[in-house]
Amino acid sequence: MTNWRVIFLIARTHLITKMKSTVTATLGVTFGIAAYITLVSFMTGLNKMLDDLILNQTPHIHLYNEIEPSDKQPVSIYDGFKDALNVVESIKPKQNQRKIRNAIPILNYLKAHEDVRGATPQLRSQIFYISGTIELGGNLTGIEVMEEVRLSNFKDYIIEGSPQDLHNTNNGILLGAGLAEKMSLGLGDRVQISTIQGAVFPLKIVGIYQSGIADIDNIQSYTNLNTVQRISGYAPNYVTDINVKLFELEKAVPMARELSRQFNVKATDVKAANAQFETGSNIRNLITYAVSITLLIVAGFGIYNILNMLIYEKMKDIAILKATGFSGRDVQFIFMSQAIIIGVVGALAGLLLGFILSRVIDQVPFETEALPTIETFPVNYKVGYYIIGISFALVSTFIAGYLPSAKAKKIDPVQIIRGT
Amino acid sequence: MHVIEARHIDKYFRKPVEFHVLKDISFRIDKGEFATIMGKSGCGKSTLLYILSTMDTDYEGQLFLNEELVTGQPHQELSRVRNKHIGFVFQFHYLLSEFSVLENVMLPAKKLGEKSAAEIEHDAMEKLSMLNIGQLAKKRASRISGGEKQRVAIARALINNPSILMGDEPTGNLDSYNAENVFQIFKQLKEEVGLSLLVVTHDKDFADRTDRIILMEDGRITT
Repeated sequence: MTNWRVIFLIARTHLITKMKSTVTATLGVTFGIAAYITLVSFMTGLNKMLDDLILNQTPHIHLYNEIEPSDKQPVSIYDGFKDALNVVESIKPKQNQRKIRNAIPILNYLKAHEDVRGATPQLRSQIFYISGTIELGGNLTGIEVMEEVRLSNFKDYIIEGSPQDLHNTNNGILLGAGLAEKMSLGLGDRVQISTIQGAVFPLKIVGIYQSGIADIDNIQSYTNLNTVQRISGYAPNYVTDINVKLFELEKAVPMARELSRQFNVKATDVKAANAQFETGSNIRNLITYAVSITLLIVAGFGIYNILNMLIYEKMKDIAILKATGFSGRDVQFIFMSQAIIIGVVGALAGLLLGFILSRVIDQVPFETEALPTIETFPVNYKVGYYIIGISFALVSTFIAGYLPSAKAKKIDPVQIIRGT
Repeated sequence: MHVIEARHIDKYFRKPVEFHVLKDISFRIDKGEFATIMGKSGCGKSTLLYILSTMDTDYEGQLFLNEELVTGQPHQELSRVRNKHIGFVFQFHYLLSEFSVLENVMLPAKKLGEKSAAEIEHDAMEKLSMLNIGQLAKKRASRISGGEKQRVAIARALINNPSILMGDEPTGNLDSYNAENVFQIFKQLKEEVGLSLLVVTHDKDFADRTDRIILMEDGRITT
């Protein structure tokens, strides 16, 4: 039978009369939690931004024809040499078209698939940008621009002009920012494009494209799919790549395998394409958690110390409480509830302070050439981090309170009262 | 009706060397009796008192309170028994210094939880007034004089209307005026409320005026 009202009354009186220690211990928890929230929000915000930078430019599934040697050489298919040891030297890649066979039926199939948010055809071609007598090598990719805008944040990377302009202009081009700078070209100018076959076409610049990755911006430009097909002399069903965006990222891996088998094309899923990025962000998360947990443990030790001191000071009080009928468990609860009050108040204040600091960081200008869409530092306000923060604070204060209070429980009142 | 009865109690101190402190102690306190335990320092009288108070459980023999066996009960139950049936007054008037006088007196009753907060406050004020310290109720326990503190401690011991009031040299740290005052309070409690009292003391004058003196020598009761 525990009388909680009396226990809280005593715990509250102890906390109020030792205001200085109480505030110190509470601030320890507050700063620990605030630092955790700020750090984790900021770090994961940065992580997400870096991942998005790469992942948004990568489709969930990418279909294309790889130039590669055949898995089975003809000699091993022929039954006549079945039992022989066949050695083929100097294997060359198979003669193959770059275009995806039956691209239009595949696209129709994908667009009707229930897991698919959208599928866009692309035609990648090598071209030269001609500036006076100088020829700059580069890529021109034909896209269905409005579909790209719908399915990815392609629009964010168009720093001048708009996707509608490209859609409406037959001979328009979205020129890479690096190229535009090199050739001193701007919106409304014309740029000469030369195909590998040598045909030269003038295209009107309707927009400037900047991905933030200099190597891409120095070679890559975009235009309408049918423009590339026309200047390269291909039929309207000539497509080299199909990009698939799914509703759920998790389904990319099995679906890529299935598509590869079904249509006899190379299918790369987003995880295989960006394995190193996942490793990178995992390690950054690990560092974030290591630092945060250290902060919280330090806060826990603060509580442990202060409660230990408090119990040492209150030896006589504990003896009196026991002599007047409080049990060891009551005394333990008195000190436990002090620890938990410190923990709850400190943690709530910490969450608030952490949120405020995150807001402040969110307002700090962060403008960089590489990231055209980012204006301030990215911050991730995920509720999960706040729940983890408060749970950890409560668990650590519980442990920090449990150990000293278990000591208080065992204090023998006779020894204290008789002064032995 | 016996308030407290000890049967063949033996107690050993094990540290630093084994020492037989209490040897075959048997006695009874009747209801309404005012008894004192006297004896030289180290004869074991305080040790006996702490066993009788149920705080010390490391002994052999049997202890009865209101004719019920308390020996061997779990700590939780002993705390309840102490809370309800035993009032204790120490030589040093251990009050909880952060609390007001009134709160100090009220705490054991709040722990017992048998009455509402308003009733407890009323009872506590009544006890304080009975001991002529009603005007101190709102003061901090650390801000009153020694004699006043001892009276507050007595009020605290009485708050749950215990079966017996025990004192470990309750007048040992007081001047003769305050000591006399405490004696008069005890006597008044015995006569008016019929309270049983058991007090360990060195004070011969104090002991002579009580109903019964239990003399102890070398761990035994001699009278």
